[in-house]
Amino acid sequence: MGFISKIIEGLKKTKQSIGFKLKQLFKQGIFGEDFYDDVEAILLSADIGAETTFEIIDNLRDRMTQDRVADPDTAEKYLKEIMVEILGEEKLSFDSPCVIMVVGVNGVGKTTTIGKLANIYVKQGKSVIIAAADTFRAAAADQLEVWAKRANVRLVRHGEGSDPAAVVFDALASAKSKKTDVVLVDTAGRLHNKVNLMEELKKINRVIDREYPEADRKNLIVLDATTGQNALTQVKVFDEAVNLDGIILTKLDGTAKGGVALALSEQVPVFYVGVGERIDDLIEFDANSFVEGIL
Amino acid sequence: MATFGTLSERITHVFSKLKNKGRLTDLEIKQAMREIRVALLEADVNITVVKDFINSVSEKATGEDILKSLTPGQQVIKIVNEELISLLGGTQAKLAVSSKLPTVIMMCGLQGSGKTTMCGKLGLYLKKQGKRPLAVACDIYRPAAINQLEVVAKKADIGFFEMGQTDAVKIAKNGVQYALKNNYDTVILDTAGRLHVNEELMKELVMITKAVDVTEKLLVVDSMTGQDAVNVAKVFDETLDISGVIMTKLDGDTRGGATLSIRAVTGKPVKFCGIGEKLSDLEPFYPDRMASRILGMGDVLTLIEKAQQSVDMDKAAELAKKLKEATFDLNDFLTQLESMKNMGNLSDVVGMIPGASKMNLGSGQIDEKEIYKNKAIIQSMTPAERTNPKLLNYARRKRVASGSGTNVQDVNKLMKQFEQTKEMMKRFGKRGAKFPF
Repeated sequence: MGFISKIIEGLKKTKQSIGFKLKQLFKQGIFGEDFYDDVEAILLSADIGAETTFEIIDNLRDRMTQDRVADPDTAEKYLKEIMVEILGEEKLSFDSPCVIMVVGVNGVGKTTTIGKLANIYVKQGKSVIIAAADTFRAAAADQLEVWAKRANVRLVRHGEGSDPAAVVFDALASAKSKKTDVVLVDTAGRLHNKVNLMEELKKINRVIDREYPEADRKNLIVLDATTGQNALTQVKVFDEAVNLDGIILTKLDGTAKGGVALALSEQVPVFYVGVGERIDDLIEFDANSFVEGIL
Repeated sequence: MATFGTLSERITHVFSKLKNKGRLTDLEIKQAMREIRVALLEADVNITVVKDFINSVSEKATGEDILKSLTPGQQVIKIVNEELISLLGGTQAKLAVSSKLPTVIMMCGLQGSGKTTMCGKLGLYLKKQGKRPLAVACDIYRPAAINQLEVVAKKADIGFFEMGQTDAVKIAKNGVQYALKNNYDTVILDTAGRLHVNEELMKELVMITKAVDVTEKLLVVDSMTGQDAVNVAKVFDETLDISGVIMTKLDGDTRGGATLSIRAVTGKPVKFCGIGEKLSDLEPFYPDRMASRILGMGDVLTLIEKAQQSVDMDKAAELAKKLKEATFDLNDFLTQLESMKNMGNLSDVVGMIPGASKMNLGSGQIDEKEIYKNKAIIQSMTPAERTNPKLLNYARRKRVASGSGTNVQDVNKLMKQFEQTKEMMKRFGKRGAKFPF
């Protein structure tokens, strides 16, 4: 399946709800206060958040008055443009060897995403090793093992409850000796307000810096598209702890709009989106298709 | 609880502007309503729910009687409070028990909402109530889900049943049979996480409810869910006619708008909430208490209950006696510190104190490490020093500091805290008030 069709398929449910409402609105072609109120409601219900929504609405209102827009198509085009501008676009690029640490709160799909990422890099002809540093959740490493097998990559794991930093240490040693291109580090899900767990994460981060200084470093946060405005806090706190390079937005195959990406992209770019459960259901983020999918 | 911290902060802020007004204009009410609207939206309360809520409050708040009353500000606050409680669903909803053995509880929800962990928590909760729960692994899709449930069940010390990755309906059926044969009175079905739009998987749940007599169909929802929470809950409810909701991860700093929305949209009660990573971190959900937390009025009831659960009653009586005799010493202080620790996360406890959000004692302000440190300091003292703190001169303090891995300043700080507590306790003692911890 092609890339655009996939993201559009993933966002189809979204399309049916917001897109339909918006189309109706644009068709009416009356751009009074009611129109803006309705657009505002639609954007808000896509989890775009109050602040960003107000920003978009103000921006749209300005441009429409300035250009004296009266036809629905132009109005729609302007709205899309504004949203694409906010989202921006950046691709994840790194030099080999690279250590990619994947962080996030519980249940966002970190482990699954690691499996999918491994698959992507293997397909690009890179060698990959996974460090199962989620030693907290029951059976997390077992789950990862299944994914590692599917993607056909090596996995380093210790027992449950062992020191995650030690797992990472071993994985790095193995990567160094075998000259592996990409080390993917799965970490335990942690709520961002748990101070000691965030400290543990910082420790893992330091271990990577210290043990493999010559490697390129990327820290990615996985966010559940169904998450609301709390995603902002998540990104902020994880960024403070380990300096985030980008976002992976998962579970876009539900009815969740993932609109929080708009509020987030001003701080950290979105690199990938998860649109399904199969191993190749992780695709590069594309602002145009994303907005196209929503509207 | 930190959960509603920011929402409650914002609403308290709006209220503080209204509170002392002897007269309110329409414009002022409108402005207050707008601020509450944004606060609710930023807390992820569903937009239609927000609209209804604001309309209903505005309508009541702009009535003649309100504006003419002597304290219109207070009246508006009262209306918001009442509406919020009715939105959250009035009284607490208990778990149903089947008259025919066994009671079957089916957990369902999206991926990653915390179902499997919740099975363990609920199992432990029921076990503490004298039940014999059996966890049944019906998640045949997610890799290692069965292992996870097995580990969790073992930790909770409850029964566990699996048939590998075969048919979920068959597993549920056989699980119930197994429960009957082996004397389990409650069956907890852990089903696979699924998207509500996945019709095939939703059908599987319906098939399970047809195959076994399900007493409770509980939807597990991540409290950080945004606007979509309502869509998810609606579809699950329409397909399964769920009997209740469990909110998980309420220990994050989410403002928990989903909790408000789901109840309002489905009309189904929230029965429990998960508030931490330990298996014992499960609480029944009390709508009225949650409403007062949101409104920054604190949750004294839960605080008192927590205190009662975590304080040894005999020790408390002893403490009261000591207070009267004014022999409160460092040993008692240590006991106090320990019971404070038992009450759980300190910032959660602080959140339950009325007005705490206004006092800006938000999360992070109180450090649990501090308690550990203080414990270490006291434990490095000799018994004689503990009963007679006056003995602690500089040399002794230095010894205590090196023994506990702290420095003299820390010891001094602790001694100051101890004196203050002693002073405070004395005052409480004189008033004859009972001090819960």
